[in-house]
Amino acid sequence: MERQNNLIVRYRPGDRFIHWVVAVSFILAGLGGLAMYHPMFVPLSALFGGGPWTRASHPWIGLVVFVFFAALAIRFCRDNKLTAGDRKWLSQIGDVVANHEERLPEVGRYNAGQKVLFWVMLITLVLLLLSGLVMWYGYFALDFSLGMRRLAADVHAISAFVLIIGIIVHIYASFWVKGSVRSMTRGTVTPAWAKQHHAAWYREISKGGAA
Amino acid sequence: MALQSLDIKRRSATTMPPPSIRKTADVAKLIDISKCIGCKACQAACLEWNDLHEAVGINVGSYQNPPDLTPESWTLMRFSEVEVPRDGTGEPELAWLIRKDGCMHCAEPGCLEACPAPGAIVQYSNGIVDFQEENCIGCGYCITGCPFNIPRISKRDRKAYKCTLCSDRVAVGLEPACIKACPTQALVFGTKDDMKRHAEDRVAELKERGFATAAVYDPSGVGGTHVMYVLQYGDAELYQGLPRNPRVSPMVKLWKGIFKPVSVALMGLAVVVGFLHYVTVGPNEVKEEKAGQPGAPRN
Amino acid sequence: MTNNWVDIKNANVIVVMGGNAAEAHPVGFKWVVEAKARNKATLIVVDPRFNRTAAVADHYLPIRAGSDIAFLGGVINYLLAHDKIQHQYVVNYTNAPYIVKQGFDFSDGLFTGYSSETRAYDTSSWDYELGSDGYVMVDSTLRDPRCVFQLMKKHYARYTPEVVASLTGIPQDKFLKVCEIIASTAPADRTMTSMYALGWTHHSVGTQNIRTMAMIQLLLGNIGLSGGGMNALRGHSNIQGLTDLGLMSNLMPGYLTLPHKEEQDAATYLAHRTPKPLRPGQFNYWSNYSKFYASLMKAVYGGAATAANGYCYDWLPKVNVEYDMLRTFDLMAEGKMNGYFCQGFNPLQAFPYKSKLIRALSNLKFLVVMDPLATETSEFWQNHGKYNDVDPRHINTEVFRLPTTCFAEEDGSLINSSRWLQWHYKGADGPGESRTDIVIMADLFIRIRDKYRKEGGAFPDPILNLDWAYVIPHSPHPSELATELNGRALEDIVDPKTKQTLLHKGQQVDGFFQLRDDGKTACGCWLFAGSWTSKGNQMARRDTSDPSGRGLYSSWAWSWPANRRIMYNRASCDPAGKPWDFNRRLIWWNGSKWVGFDVPDYKPDAAPSQDMGPFIMNAEGVGRLFGRQLLKDGPFPEHYEPFETPLGTNPLHPKVISNPVAKLYSASMELFGKTSDFPYVGTTYRLTELFHYWGKHCRINAVLQPQQFVEISEELAREKGIGNGDPVVVWNRRGQIEAVALVTKRLKPLKVNGRTVYHVGIPIHWGFTGVAKKGYPANALTPFVGDADAGTPEFKAFLVNLRKA
Repeated sequence: MERQNNLIVRYRPGDRFIHWVVAVSFILAGLGGLAMYHPMFVPLSALFGGGPWTRASHPWIGLVVFVFFAALAIRFCRDNKLTAGDRKWLSQIGDVVANHEERLPEVGRYNAGQKVLFWVMLITLVLLLLSGLVMWYGYFALDFSLGMRRLAADVHAISAFVLIIGIIVHIYASFWVKGSVRSMTRGTVTPAWAKQHHAAWYREISKGGAA
Repeated sequence: MALQSLDIKRRSATTMPPPSIRKTADVAKLIDISKCIGCKACQAACLEWNDLHEAVGINVGSYQNPPDLTPESWTLMRFSEVEVPRDGTGEPELAWLIRKDGCMHCAEPGCLEACPAPGAIVQYSNGIVDFQEENCIGCGYCITGCPFNIPRISKRDRKAYKCTLCSDRVAVGLEPACIKACPTQALVFGTKDDMKRHAEDRVAELKERGFATAAVYDPSGVGGTHVMYVLQYGDAELYQGLPRNPRVSPMVKLWKGIFKPVSVALMGLAVVVGFLHYVTVGPNEVKEEKAGQPGAPRN
Repeated sequence: MTNNWVDIKNANVIVVMGGNAAEAHPVGFKWVVEAKARNKATLIVVDPRFNRTAAVADHYLPIRAGSDIAFLGGVINYLLAHDKIQHQYVVNYTNAPYIVKQGFDFSDGLFTGYSSETRAYDTSSWDYELGSDGYVMVDSTLRDPRCVFQLMKKHYARYTPEVVASLTGIPQDKFLKVCEIIASTAPADRTMTSMYALGWTHHSVGTQNIRTMAMIQLLLGNIGLSGGGMNALRGHSNIQGLTDLGLMSNLMPGYLTLPHKEEQDAATYLAHRTPKPLRPGQFNYWSNYSKFYASLMKAVYGGAATAANGYCYDWLPKVNVEYDMLRTFDLMAEGKMNGYFCQGFNPLQAFPYKSKLIRALSNLKFLVVMDPLATETSEFWQNHGKYNDVDPRHINTEVFRLPTTCFAEEDGSLINSSRWLQWHYKGADGPGESRTDIVIMADLFIRIRDKYRKEGGAFPDPILNLDWAYVIPHSPHPSELATELNGRALEDIVDPKTKQTLLHKGQQVDGFFQLRDDGKTACGCWLFAGSWTSKGNQMARRDTSDPSGRGLYSSWAWSWPANRRIMYNRASCDPAGKPWDFNRRLIWWNGSKWVGFDVPDYKPDAAPSQDMGPFIMNAEGVGRLFGRQLLKDGPFPEHYEPFETPLGTNPLHPKVISNPVAKLYSASMELFGKTSDFPYVGTTYRLTELFHYWGKHCRINAVLQPQQFVEISEELAREKGIGNGDPVVVWNRRGQIEAVALVTKRLKPLKVNGRTVYHVGIPIHWGFTGVAKKGYPANALTPFVGDADAGTPEFKAFLVNLRKA
């Protein structure tokens, strides 16, 4: 087990860097997307230098999100396989929300919620990429039929919605579960945090080295 | 035009009512295909009046030049050769159907509905649907929204363009340039009511002449159009892809209709639920923290 | 046009054949659309291609190019066989009852008097039998076997529906259906109009194509009536003016003709042109020829022209052969003509057989081109790759380009197909060094005259004595020319009876009826007399009042002759002077004179009882179903195959396949192709988007029709493995072109004389100048043969082969 001053390293600097690139670019893509989605968000386009800049930058930012998330996904997908315990965990979502963690099955490196979010992000980002390319008038849109472009608009909007909801949950969870943010800022968690929230993971890493 | 205009019925990506104090009569252009000789005077007049510089292209095996609408060709004569019985049932005869294509100026415009840029598309109270390119962000949603596949985005400035129904001319009491140029009065312009009456007269005359299926094309799926056709053969599909029952695609309706406000509300709700959860259930903190451990969580 | 554009709206039936009015005359075509929309007119289109006119037609018949007379002869046969003619009209207003000379006959494709050596007819037997009174003998019962009616009936009896179908490729049932519609206009209250253009003239039988329809119109009683007539659609805005002013090698203004070399004195010349009336009581208007001639010569030579010198008759050139355009280029090619002045004209594109034209122009010492544009002709010496593959090093022709203004850059008048002279005003100055044609011509004239003055020369008199009394000699104003064309009194003219002064010296004449052969009037073109009178410029009138309610608009501009809007309008009334159809009345006899909405084409006080015929320009006073000696290829039109025929024979008379008196030139015969080598019929035409060879210089026009194409049927495309949009090569023995194939349903293979005939449609517009994509001129392919009468080249029917490029 990798340790730092008695703390457990949960995310190495590379992971953290990629995560924050994804996070920032996602926020930008999301804000730009929302600016082009509903009139109430139109003022957000000022962040990008106006409507045309928002339109022009959005697909490129989206590409950054996808590429960096893909790198993250390659690193993390092994730890995000859903297990029987995860299904039990999900069925007890009421306990999760009520902070009755002790009633839940033991969790590995990631709990089922995180895993579901991972897969939701992966799927929606693939859909956003594909539909985004179909809608990208600067390059590809005219190679697709109008029907495809219309479908793409739906897919893009729905995927973005699902993803944004997922990200809202993700961000909230990081505030809700105290000690989480530091894992992505400093990269480390306390053994207690690990033991409480990811007991199985803690046990596993504890086997590897002296406590 | 639009900025000082007080007769705007609809404005894209705008949730409050646009300035709409003036009311003008609904106008319409009627294209009588049975009178059209495909001379392209309308196409030339459009290029001239609007100072458009379409490039000299190539021939791809058709009288239709350029082969499609472009950001600089806002109207286009489409030529189709079909074999069809004149009375709808008898022996098929060759017909060379020449349709002036361009914006139909729908009463319920899909482009405007799809447009995310406030004021990039407006509909005047006379029914003309006009692009205001200074507000256009070039996203192409208008194309996605249009049931007739009309707007085109210019590679030069990434703005969407289409027929304006010469809103500049109409605003000062002139007819559109294409109408002015048409030698056979296949194109006529006036109030929508007058044009509908004229169209019905033409259909009656065509029926007398043996075109049993002749019809007016003013599709209700888009609330009617301010550009109407007299179709001597009735069936819109014969006229190079004119949709029989055009309507704003259900996919566009879904995306720009119910889904848009609902999704925004749900996103808002998600934030609110999170907040409520935090203030009611509270944070999930580590319970067995050893005191004095460095790096203890502080948030 | 006998009628005018607006009047087409009054037709019940419109036949567009030998033209493509919607395509080539889209603006005037509005009146066809009006006739359909408001007069319930039926539009019939007969053309090898389903063209833009066919797109709005009620009936379309596909016809093999070059078989028009077979079709029209078949219509005549139908009308006569079914007795669908306007009897009273035919008996009273045509020469149907006239007895034809014994000896006139037609057999085996030839009329009497043919000589194969001279390729010409001795036409002496092509005339009427005169009675002892000196007038033509007539049989008003039309039963005499030697009367025109019976001879005509016999002549066209051969054109049965079967024969028509076999020659033209038009299915019998469709042919008969259209005959029935045409025949429906025989009753006096229905009319048909014929609209034609170069689709009829561009044949070796061009003139006769038109005559055949004119005969049909006479049989149906459709000439002289509102909604009827023979309506030639002129291809340039002012081509009507060109012929009116006599810009042909054998003409003078107002359709006066240049003397022939045998006519060495004025008396003989005038005697030949002053016909005697052939029936009693005829107006015989050409009996005034000497007045028109004398007034013209006074306008040209002023004081030098006197009665004593036959008004300078000796200074007129005497024609030895007809210097039509084909002959002109033939002479250049042979090196016999070495200077050429080309004004407002692009012959390198407009005449047949381009490679011969290049040879001809290359033989010149000098070429002057007056044009607003750099034309193919002015740039003929430049190498433009495959589009104009010449070697400038081997061309010694000195080329002068004199840039002219366009029509809108000068004041003046244009004459449209309706015979309207419409004055227009300058809209802008011409660009750069351009000058008006008038200024260039005046400048040249003054320099040439100065040279003659100084250096003498072979024959200076006609140059030195030309009347040139313009205010600014090097820049005559268009209004000066226009008033000169109208004519004026040179002395006071006094009515001998009343002693009243009819015209003061210098006063503009009111009409050609005031012209005189005593030298007291001058008139540049008798037909234009009345266009600029003492009341001012009649051509500039813009009054849209229309008392007729049928679109005569008699106060809009001015129409020759005498502001008459519908020619032969006397024929719109029955012999008693009552309109055949009250609703389309133009003029009528009110008991003492002719009155009405239009200017009567008649002697205004000639009572119906005088029996004066309505066709006052003819010595007979009636319309000619039998053409006498007036045309070189026969008094009755006959179907002859194009010189390049896809049949290789003429099923009507295999020994005489093509027009036996058509104009052939050196090297045209051996370059004719045979159907075995060149199996497809090529035909050329115009497109709306491009005007001749000028439109391609205009960007918007070039956008609308950017690149050269040829049209072929789906069947031919399949046979040759050609896809729509593929590049193809079309060639024959004269040359080749490359173009995009436009594969279309609008061209159908035709069953002709037991075989399948495919057409290849070749639009004419592209060349190596302008802003459209460069292309080949269609005349790389067209044959060098001309109509017997007019010399028009056979652009509409020739043979080609075709392959995928």
